[in-house]
Amino acid sequence: MKKIAVTFTTLCTLAVLMLGCASNPAEKDLNDFRDYYSKRFPDTPTNDFINGVYSIDKGSRDQWESLEEFPPYEIIIEKGEKLFNTPFKNGKTYASCFSVPVDSIKSSYPYFDKKRKEVITLELALNDCRKANDEEPLKYKTGAITHLGAYLAFQGRGKTVNVTIDSSKESLEWYNRGKQHFYAKRGQLNMSCADCHYYNAGNRIRADILSPALGHTTHFPVYRNKWATDGDGMGTLHRRYGGCNKQVRAKPFEAQSEEYRALEYFHTYMSNGLTLNGPGVRK
Amino acid sequence: MRHTAITVSTATAIAVVLGSLSLSIPTVSQAESSVDEGKKIAFDRKKGNCLACHQIEGGSLPGNIGPPLIAMKARFPDKQVLKAQISNPQKNNPNTIMPPFGPHEILSAGEIDMVVEFIHTL
Ligand code: HEC
Ligand code: HEC
Repeated sequence: MKKIAVTFTTLCTLAVLMLGCASNPAEKDLNDFRDYYSKRFPDTPTNDFINGVYSIDKGSRDQWESLEEFPPYEIIIEKGEKLFNTPFKNGKTYASCFSVPVDSIKSSYPYFDKKRKEVITLELALNDCRKANDEEPLKYKTGAITHLGAYLAFQGRGKTVNVTIDSSKESLEWYNRGKQHFYAKRGQLNMSCADCHYYNAGNRIRADILSPALGHTTHFPVYRNKWATDGDGMGTLHRRYGGCNKQVRAKPFEAQSEEYRALEYFHTYMSNGLTLNGPGVRK
Repeated sequence: MRHTAITVSTATAIAVVLGSLSLSIPTVSQAESSVDEGKKIAFDRKKGNCLACHQIEGGSLPGNIGPPLIAMKARFPDKQVLKAQISNPQKNNPNTIMPPFGPHEILSAGEIDMVVEFIHTL
């Protein structure tokens, strides 16, 4: 891992000399981030971080793996497939809004749209598609959007996280906003995402082991028993963001707000190169 | 504890001298009740929730983000130093994950005092 990073930096240094390879501050962040987790969890192969807390806690892994054999999201994927292929009132389908095959949709998001000058997530793109076809937008945290998301995540399994932060001023601004959210203390309890999922990853907060932020985004949407008490158990990444903000008594942002899209952009970029494995099941 | 005991017996002695034993009773139960109250506040998830991060005798399923709270009287002979750590831990470590119970009004001044009384017995 380190070898690759070194080689890469050397290449980039050469490239700067020769071509003016716009050296991107996000790249250094990513290398530091990876380094930290690989030192903290030397027994976890990098790509295994996609399994969240189970990548570092053998105790709960077996139980989880048996859950994944008959996953509660299976029926959700089927619902999503049906939705995705059901024509809108105008006869078109979701597929008409995407320029890539169905198995490559998930891995195309989030990205920075240079024309719109904002980060576009999969959920936003799905609703843009509905609007373009005169359909009502979907809610962003639960329900149909998670069904479509689960189907597309399943189709996209095995593809690689590949977010680009090009060095355009605006894309870096979005990246930095997300990074800022990740490291800033907030809420009455005054804790940052990093306090729990970076500095204290692997430690227990009460009985819960804190997962590493590396690999956090690869398996959404997610099924949780906790979310099944007043719904079908599914939730988007932004639903989780809101939950984690609330835990520290901070007012959550709206799902798909600029703030959370920026966070998703940073958060997903940090997992570049890891394998997409959604949808997932978590405690 | 010893300190409390001495105070109590002094109070009792004075009370006996004064011929009014009843005076000593509120002193004893007040000291005990603020330790008990403090424990309740410390363990309450909606209040101190100290067990989220610290092992504390008598509490189940503690987290391990912070150090176990043991030998507190030896480690914090001065109660005011303990109080400062509990009320505003950022003073010692600006980047600590421990919540600023005082400045952010997570606990009231009175509640912090009771938590300090309890933690100091550990
Ligand atoms: C007070 C501690 C705390 C803070 C602060 C916190 N989280 Fe969490 N988070 C948890 C716990 C506990 C869980 C459930 C166990 C786990 O997977 O880590 C969790 C789970 C998650 C998950 C799901 C992981 C998975 O594998 O599906 C994501 C994503 C996440 N948090 C992101 C964030 C982000 C982003 C922030 C900041 C906005 C944040 N968290 C702040 C405690 C926290
Ligand atoms: C979210 C985690 C968290 C919570 C909740 C928390 N603490 Fe802490 N505490 C820590 C950490 C971490 C330290 C280590 C010192 C530092 O970070 O500066 C600490 C240090 C301390 C210390 C100093 C211990 C020593 O040996 O030096 C005391 C005393 C203490 N905490 C008491 C409390 C009490 C009482 C509560 C509840 C009212 C509480 N803490 C809640 C995380 C926490």
